[in-house]
Parts: sequence; structure tokens; C-alpha cells
Amino acid sequence: MSERIEALAGKVEAQLGGRVRRAAALSAELAYETDTQALLEVCRTLRDGEGLKFEMLMDLAGVDYLHYGRDDWQTQGATRSGFSRARFAQEARPDPQEAGRFAVVYNLLSVSHNQRLRLTVKCPDTAEPVVDSVVDIWASANWFEREAFDLFGILFRGHPDLRRILTDYGFIGHPFRKDFPLVGDVEVQYDPEKQRVVYQPVSITPRVLVPKVIRHDHRYEPALRDGEGPR
Amino acid sequence: MAAAPFAEIRNYAMNFGPQHPAAHGVLRLVLELDGEVIQKADPHIGLLHRGTEKLAESKPFNQSIGYMDRLDYVSMMCSEHAYVLAIERLLGITPPERAQWIRVMFDEITRILNHLLWLGSHGLDIGAMTVFLLCFKQREELMDVYEAVSGTRMHATYYRPGGVYRDLPDTMPKYQASKWRPAKEAARMNAARAGTMLDFIQAFTEAFPAAIEDYETLLTDNRIWKQRTVNIGVVSPERALQLGFSGPMLRGSGVAWDLRKKQPYEVYDRVAFDVPLGVNGDCYDRYLVRIEEMRQSNHIIRQCVEWLRAHPGPVMVDDRKVRPPRRERMKEDMESLIHHFKFFTEGYEVPSGETYAAVEAPKGEFGIYLLSDGANKPYRLKCRAPGFAHLAALEEMVCGHMLADVVAVIGTQDIVFGEIDR
Repeated sequence: MSERIEALAGKVEAQLGGRVRRAAALSAELAYETDTQALLEVCRTLRDGEGLKFEMLMDLAGVDYLHYGRDDWQTQGATRSGFSRARFAQEARPDPQEAGRFAVVYNLLSVSHNQRLRLTVKCPDTAEPVVDSVVDIWASANWFEREAFDLFGILFRGHPDLRRILTDYGFIGHPFRKDFPLVGDVEVQYDPEKQRVVYQPVSITPRVLVPKVIRHDHRYEPALRDGEGPR
Repeated sequence: MAAAPFAEIRNYAMNFGPQHPAAHGVLRLVLELDGEVIQKADPHIGLLHRGTEKLAESKPFNQSIGYMDRLDYVSMMCSEHAYVLAIERLLGITPPERAQWIRVMFDEITRILNHLLWLGSHGLDIGAMTVFLLCFKQREELMDVYEAVSGTRMHATYYRPGGVYRDLPDTMPKYQASKWRPAKEAARMNAARAGTMLDFIQAFTEAFPAAIEDYETLLTDNRIWKQRTVNIGVVSPERALQLGFSGPMLRGSGVAWDLRKKQPYEVYDRVAFDVPLGVNGDCYDRYLVRIEEMRQSNHIIRQCVEWLRAHPGPVMVDDRKVRPPRRERMKEDMESLIHHFKFFTEGYEVPSGETYAAVEAPKGEFGIYLLSDGANKPYRLKCRAPGFAHLAALEEMVCGHMLADVVAVIGTQDIVFGEIDR
């Protein structure tokens, strides 16, 4: 398995040279990172290149790295102070201007060579994340990009029809961003006087049922596991 | 006054759904028609959007397995399968062999369940009522298998990271005689349920090919059926790849691609089966592909039954991190009780990393992109639903066809909104 992966990695690196960086991945997978400027060229080569032929874009996912690696519960040093209550995830908010908050992940598949590849591109501008649209390369990107725009607010330059897709008509905000509350901002109710459905602020308070915990335990130390480190 | 020589005709917009019975759930389709010919079709989706992926980010890994059933609510266990596969890959564990065979068997049972519902509703949409009733008769038996193994007819939550929840039961639930069901009738219905679950499944696989023959007798050479499906919604193999098609939609266009063969997971490399391919890429070919897939699934199930009979063994990996302690031990062992409590509340941490796990679900490639930052909850979960890519191509497939063909195309895409809207 890993020989096939290495052979594919050799082809990718021969054709794309310095435009892609190998990213950490499980032993049976191959992942690369690239920059927004090089994205279209990289994608085109991946689709048409000799021995690559990734003719299918199977999936496109937006990712918001705002709370990456932050837990809700302070378990360190608890013997002196006692366990604190779980904090809300929203409180732990790092600098939102930090570069590379948003990323777009492309999962590619080559039917002719039976191989997969994952390509990640990070948006450098956090306030207005923009990535070039790959609709012209893979037609299936159309709705996937609309979804990433709707849920994360990532803009795709050159997309023919960048409308919201999953959320309600007239929805405000991008619900899959980590700083968007899980319960949302508004709820709907039928108003018998106005005889229509009205929006109002949510009446439920957000709660954390199970705090997010990251243990710094030897079982989870990447160095002790076989070479599968964090990103 | 002379009458105008030509009447002014304008294209006309029509709203299809979201409450239309042939919309397979909550599809709102804005159609632009020229007479009865489709000029534009704009599907509005998201009416069933529940934010499954965001919900999963707020829960420990195991608590989201049930959500996966509710994505594609006609092929429940296959969606679970992709999710537990993704977790297993990040954890670096492999379920025991018996669990893998059980998963393959239930994936194929699920495929038959899905194709039966698809065949029934597709038939109903374009005017064949009887097929629907016949399909549901067979579906009911497989639903009973789901219920016997997991306790629920549909939303099973049966697959777990590291194996399956429990081994196959030794008995099947039986019908009771009642005021409305005489003892003789109940005894007749229970005849196939006397043995173990594997006996019941075997009896099903023996009877099922005849049932498929029945469906085919009703449809395959039926004049009306052919008029409604032949040359409708033709997709060339090149376009099918561009549009991200998978499963029967891709194979109907003649692309030999099946994850079970090409990138085998679990024990698919040890079972014998064929992959049917279409030639023309129209609705009729996709119908033939799915019918043949049911036969092949039946064949796989039979091989699984045989293997499972001969090889008893554990169905869950013996890793205390991902499996709860045994119930008996909890009664007297404090550590097990604590472990049980921690396991079901906090869950387990999954090493940081990312993976994309895909299975050949009945509708196509169902994939899970899972990103973990080392916590007990997924950092990002993305479900790649096959129907999403298929529906995105609806406009291309229906343009130039008649209004009535929209229904045939929606039917052939096997649309389920649970997975598209997520």
C-alpha cells in the first residue's frame, strides 16, 4: 500500500514541484497543501497530469480552525484547585485575525488509476476568505462550493452562481463557523395575530453537555505512536 | 381590426414541491417551462437541513453514530459504516474478522432494503403501483432482521468503532396469536422464524431471487415502463465523472467503478460477486443495474451466512479504550463501573489527524472526512453524500425533457433528502 502512495507522491512532486507541500496523513493516504495563488494550476495538473488523472472531485469541505486544539475543560493542575466547570467553547477565542483560520479541503479520486489524494488550501485572509473556484475543472464543485460558502462564508472567485444552498431564505451568518452558536441566533414561531411565521431571538441558553477534552496522556502522545503526528 | 398573426408565448416558471409526492421528501424545484419542455431547473434544497455535521462536533464520537442513520434514512447502516471506518482509521484499530463479516452482511442487507424502496417508489412515481406493494413485503422481512439485531427497525446504531454492538441473536422475534391473528396464521408466519437469525436470513436469500423475478416480470419488458425510462436522462461516462457521480448512477453510464471491488474494505475482497454495468446511461439502464445489484447482494449475503455459521468469535475489538466493560464485571468491579461511566460520558480521545473514509453505499460513494484535534469530539466532520452530487446534476439531466420526465429522473437518482440536506 505505502509503495503505491510513495509512487504517486513521486509523480505529484515531479509535476508540481514547489507548488505543493506534503502534509501529514495516515499511512494509506496522501495529502498535500497548496497556496491560493497556485490552486487552479495545481488542480488542473492533478486532473490532467500523466499518472495523476484525478478526474473526480469527490468532496469539498470547508474547515474553520478557530478552536483547533483548544479544550473546554482544564484538567491540568486540577489536584490543587479542583476541577473547574466546563467553559463554553465560545469563550476560548483566539485572535480571529490569525492567518489560516479557514481552509478548503478537496478530496480527489482517480477512477483510471484507482488512487485518492487530499488537497488542502488555507485562505490567508481571515476577514474575507477567498479561494479560486474549481468549477471549470470539476463540474461537481458547483454545489460543494455553494455549500462551503453558505456554511463557512468562504468566497469562491469565479463561481457562476454563488448562492446560499442549505440554510433558509434570508439567513444571516455562516452557521458552521466555530463562533456561531450551536443553537443558532433566531427561532421561528407562528404568530396568530400577524398570521405568519415570525423570527425571534432564541429562547434556549446554550449548554455544554460533554466538555471537549484533550488529554496529554502518553497514549495520545504523537511521538509514541507510529509516525502519525498532528498536522 | 386584424388579429395579431402570432400569439405572444412566454416561458413559464413552475414550482415543483416541496410537498409534491414525487419530490421524494422536501425538494423544491423551480422549473422554467416552454410549453411542456423544461428549459431550466433550479433545485432548492436545505429544507431538511439539521446541521448534523455541527451537532457531531459538539458530541463525543460514539454519540453521533445514531445521527449517521438519520442521514440516508433508507440505507442506515452504510452511513454508519463510513463513520466508524473513519474513526477506526484514526484510532488505528481493526475490528475482529467476525465483525467485518457481519458488517458486510448488513451492508448488503441495507443495499437490498434501499433498492427495494427505490424500486417501489420509482415505480409508483411513473405509474406502476403493484411493484411498490410487492417490494414492501420483502422489505418488511429485512426490517425484522434489523430489529432483531439492534432493537430498532431503522435507526440501528449497530456498528461501533472496533466492531459491532453485539453478536447476532440466536432467535428471531415471533408473531403472537391474537384476536385478529388466529393461532394457525401466526404459526404460518412464524415458520421461518423457528431457528436462529442466520436461518431466517438464509430462508430470505433462498426466496428472494423469485421475488426479483416478479418485479422484472412486471417492469423489464413492460411497454409503458420502457417508454418512461428508455433514453430519459442520458449521462455520458465523461460527464458522469465530471459531475461526481458514483454508485449505480456512474455504473449505469458504463464506468466500471465499485469501491467494494476497487478499494475493498472489510472482507469484500473475500466474497465473490459481479458488478453490473449499463451501456446507454439512461434511466432504464440504471434500473437494470440496480436490479442486478440486488441479485449480487443476495449472493453476498449467502456467502456471509455460510461464513458466520462456521466461525463464531468476538465481534468487538479487545481494546478497553473503545469498548465498554462487560456488564457482569460492572456489578462487582469498581474500576469497570468508573470506566463505564467515563466511556459513556466523556468518551475516548481520537489522535489528531485527518482521514477520508468512503464506502460503497447503495446510492453511491458515501464518504466521511473526519478531522480530529486529539479531543473526544470530532473537530470537523463532513459527510460526502452521493445524492448531493447527483441532485446537483439534475438540471443537466432534465433540460430538454418533458415535465413528466422530471419525476422519472428524480426517481432514477434515488434522492433521499436526509443525506443531501444533512
